[in-house]
Amino acid sequence: MNQAVRETWSPALEADRMVLKELREAVGACMQCGTCTASCPNRHAMDITPRAMWRMIQFGMLDEILASRTFWMCSACYMCTLRCPRGLKLTSAMAALKRLAGIEGGRSARKNQAFYAAFMDDVEAHGRVQETSMMQRYFLKARDPMLPLSYVPLGVRMLGKGKVRMPGRGRGGVLRPLFAKAREMEGLS
Amino acid sequence: MKYAYYPGCSLTESAREFDVSTRLVMERLGVELVEIPDWTCCGASAAEPVSKLMHYALPARNLAIVEQEMADQGVTDVLAPCSACYLNLLKVDREVVGDRSLHGRVNEVLAASGLHYRGGVRVRHLLDVLKNDVGARIVEQKITDGLQGMRIAPYYGCQILRPYPVFDEPGRPVSMEPFIQAMGGEVHQWDMANRCCGASLMMGHAEVAIRSVADILSDAAGADAIVTVCPLCQMNLEAYQAKARRAGGQGVPVLYLTQLMGLAMGLSDKDMQLSANLTMTPAVRRGIAARAWAEPAPEDGEETGLNA
Repeated sequence: MNQAVRETWSPALEADRMVLKELREAVGACMQCGTCTASCPNRHAMDITPRAMWRMIQFGMLDEILASRTFWMCSACYMCTLRCPRGLKLTSAMAALKRLAGIEGGRSARKNQAFYAAFMDDVEAHGRVQETSMMQRYFLKARDPMLPLSYVPLGVRMLGKGKVRMPGRGRGGVLRPLFAKAREMEGLS
Repeated sequence: MKYAYYPGCSLTESAREFDVSTRLVMERLGVELVEIPDWTCCGASAAEPVSKLMHYALPARNLAIVEQEMADQGVTDVLAPCSACYLNLLKVDREVVGDRSLHGRVNEVLAASGLHYRGGVRVRHLLDVLKNDVGARIVEQKITDGLQGMRIAPYYGCQILRPYPVFDEPGRPVSMEPFIQAMGGEVHQWDMANRCCGASLMMGHAEVAIRSVADILSDAAGADAIVTVCPLCQMNLEAYQAKARRAGGQGVPVLYLTQLMGLAMGLSDKDMQLSANLTMTPAVRRGIAARAWAEPAPEDGEETGLNA
């Protein structure tokens, strides 16, 4: 391996390495046909095409991958997974990239991960998601004072239609043991 | 026909009209729904970006309850009306059962609550059950207030047919068409029937999702209404129409397939909770009632239909 290639490798943490290994196995057989890119409804908002992203995973270009916004633009519509001629689980690979960026941290990841994290926190607390309390958690995590304001018009309309429910206890902490066990097994506690 | 019913969180929150209309319509069609006791969230599209294990363990918990507590009632199939719930439950079947290592790890998580899932439950989407277990001919016999003159755009969205096409052709889905025809409506042929609505990108990257919504709404031009079978599709297509119009889309009433079926079966506006739909303004409801459902006036709604 020559020096130029070696420089594209980044030193990775243990938790990173687990997700990276999983990702490499997931897209290792990619033959760079580009069907995924052509199938993606959100490709216009991506800075690196899905096809190029799989190549970068094969090369282990961690820093460049984490600097990209591509995987945050995945809306999990599974069109790429459906059409991939190699049968690769590409939508799951996009989700694994979101997890990888979440482990790495950083401002952009925290902001982009805020909704997913708020959703899961609410599930852990109530067993079922309660939209009002989940949105409150999202606003707190996103740390953007303008964000709640942008939801005021929709909130008012939903209130008028009787679509806003007051948060309650829900199912209580019925899922807490499962979350605790999964965190322990995934080494994220 | 008896199913374990998994409503999912949305149907207990902002999409109650989907829950109510599903229960009423399925009852009319002779389908018995038994709600899964103490069911919990499936993780929607938020679990996989946070934890791979919880992405599988959350839906597996509900299947384990069905397997352990409902099998003796002769229930082996779960019916889910929401696309994300359906796919998450189905993924346990397709990606966990059969993968020894993953299956073991998921059961290790479930064991923390004293549960265990072997893999004996069949996961069905509402549309799958309507198509394969009920059939459009049974629906046709129940129609009292046909949709004559009404053009309906069937919207399937993503996750009920991708990545696992169980009951329809994912490239060009048609499973709703026989039901629209059975109700006397005309099918709006369009290219956006399986296009993504933007899903949770509406949170955080709304400009990207609104572009998808605008594309979908503009392709619905000429249709009197769009029908959906997913609470998130319904929310995205309905709630952002003003913004989508500025991005080139146009306003179209959107309602759940089960709401439309209930109306065509003579159930009232009120039964189907039409007033809960964001696009169902009084003017839209009057316009549609006058044209298609031919009810003299909303307050006379109870007189028509049921006795036919």
